Amino acid sequence: MGKTIAEKVFSAHSGTDASAGDIVVADVDFVMGQDGTSPLAIRALERMGVSEVFDPARVALVIDHSAPSPLEGVSALHAQMREFGKRTGAILYDVGCGVCHQLVPEQGHVVPGDLMVGCDSHTCTYGAVNVFSTGVGSTDGAAAMAAGKLWFKVPETYLVTYAGELPAGVFSKDLVLALAGRIGADGATYMALEFDGPVIGALSVEARMTISNMAIEVGAKAGLMRADAKTLAWYAGRGTRAPRPVEPDADAVYAREVTIDASALGPQVAKPHSVDNVSPIEEVAGTPIAQGFVGTCTNGRLEDLAIAASILGGRKVHPDVRFIVAPASRQVYLDAMAAGHIQTLVEAGAAVVTPGCGPCVGTHNGVPSDGENVISTANRNFKGRMGNSNAFIYLGSPATVAASVIEGCITDPRKYFG
Amino acid sequence: MEIRATAFKYGDDINTDYIISGKYKFKSTDMEAMAVHAMEELDPRYYEKVKPNGGFLVAGRNFGMGSSREQAPLVLIHANTKAVLAKSFARIFFRNAINTGLPVVECDTDLVDDGDDLELDLTAGVVRDITKGTEIPFAPLPPVMATLLADGGLVEHFRKHGGFAL
Ligand code: SF4
Repeated sequence: MGKTIAEKVFSAHSGTDASAGDIVVADVDFVMGQDGTSPLAIRALERMGVSEVFDPARVALVIDHSAPSPLEGVSALHAQMREFGKRTGAILYDVGCGVCHQLVPEQGHVVPGDLMVGCDSHTCTYGAVNVFSTGVGSTDGAAAMAAGKLWFKVPETYLVTYAGELPAGVFSKDLVLALAGRIGADGATYMALEFDGPVIGALSVEARMTISNMAIEVGAKAGLMRADAKTLAWYAGRGTRAPRPVEPDADAVYAREVTIDASALGPQVAKPHSVDNVSPIEEVAGTPIAQGFVGTCTNGRLEDLAIAASILGGRKVHPDVRFIVAPASRQVYLDAMAAGHIQTLVEAGAAVVTPGCGPCVGTHNGVPSDGENVISTANRNFKGRMGNSNAFIYLGSPATVAASVIEGCITDPRKYFG
Repeated sequence: MEIRATAFKYGDDINTDYIISGKYKFKSTDMEAMAVHAMEELDPRYYEKVKPNGGFLVAGRNFGMGSSREQAPLVLIHANTKAVLAKSFARIFFRNAINTGLPVVECDTDLVDDGDDLELDLTAGVVRDITKGTEIPFAPLPPVMATLLADGGLVEHFRKHGGFAL
């Protein structure tokens, strides 16, 4: 019987012939924690009586969620992470380096064919570069840091095929929002997603990451894609180890399948307070907004800033709107500066904040006020997500956010793509 | 192992922001202090109601969706939640619960009402509703997870065995 990408990665990492439903103990290639989860992992390691990590070059802690620190308590947690890095030799990305999910692939810590876990739910992002990566809790993360392995239930796979061709003004964010709207927030619970079809092949590696990033928003454990020529080109000069691309067998068994026709798709918006509450933009256009945000591990990459800059160039942010931009990493920031995008965005009225999570999770950098609507490129719009449970968060592509901050209301970006 | 307590019932799709808002997770790693805020978006009195005598958190589909924050099962444990009973669980929450030693049971929770007196028998795979005199069966956990839960979670498992012994 043929195997899916997930079954092949777990077979290779557990030394067994793994099939969906099996429980295996598998070797992990990399382990990551961020500042919301690492302190608990450090504490769990202490309680386990473990003082070393299995391989310091394969463990990274990232200070991104609340960076620079807005509070004394947070500063203490950050200090703990720095101390842990010094003591164990684990890699530490400090304030200003960027969001964990940008850094891990950008810095070449994972390569195609890898199995990795991160103490953050959006660790599924690197499925886009053929890595079985999944989010775990701090105790799991601690066990993986200590032992270099972890127990897993090998997931069934849900095959998502994007057929057709993306129309102008429609982006990978719209593809994944359409999926969430179609199958729901628990549509793929316990499963791995495999994304395939001509639309995926046509996307850049960056745009693919937007899709895999949101696999967790339909409950999936991973959001896997094949490694094609683009993936391998992206890795040139980046990976510390040689890629070992994993292809699904032609007769792989999928638990479910869905095909989405991209040609028929327009911009999509997720309405408050759930990611699967998705509408075509026509239904929400005109909704007033008080804040726009371009950034996060979903859409804070160079391409995203470039799209926003292309729309905002020579235009101004609406006077009633705050527009916040958080580059996903220092490298993205530098590249966006070199390309002139940062200049364009700031001239238009953007407030650029430190590379990192920015206001995504509500710890700092742009907590909305009561009753305000926000349009954001993030992956979640749960009540209270940005720090105020009386605010309303809409999710869309960077183009949708850029068009909306100009007009002060949710706006279809297609008029900028003639 | 049998546990007896009162049912506190909530709905579907309870996400980790409802269990413990992200804004608290940076304040501290003191779970006792954070537990006061458990479930507060949905029920500001959750802690008050459950802490004194313990209780079962009973919910619908997809309990624990959202972030990977392990604070979610931990604050429930520190609020004296004895187990979570739901129709289904989000994957990371389910793992985190097992790893931190919070029993999670997938069963037909439509049969339970708020305030019912329940007895949970993890080994037999049955929830007895004492108030109603009914029994709700469920599939017992696979051995790896049952071992971790019996050891009191992953940390205790490591302490006991010096690493993975699964
Ligand atoms: S950017 Fe947002 S979703 Fe991504 S890791 Fe940071 S807080 Fe999480």
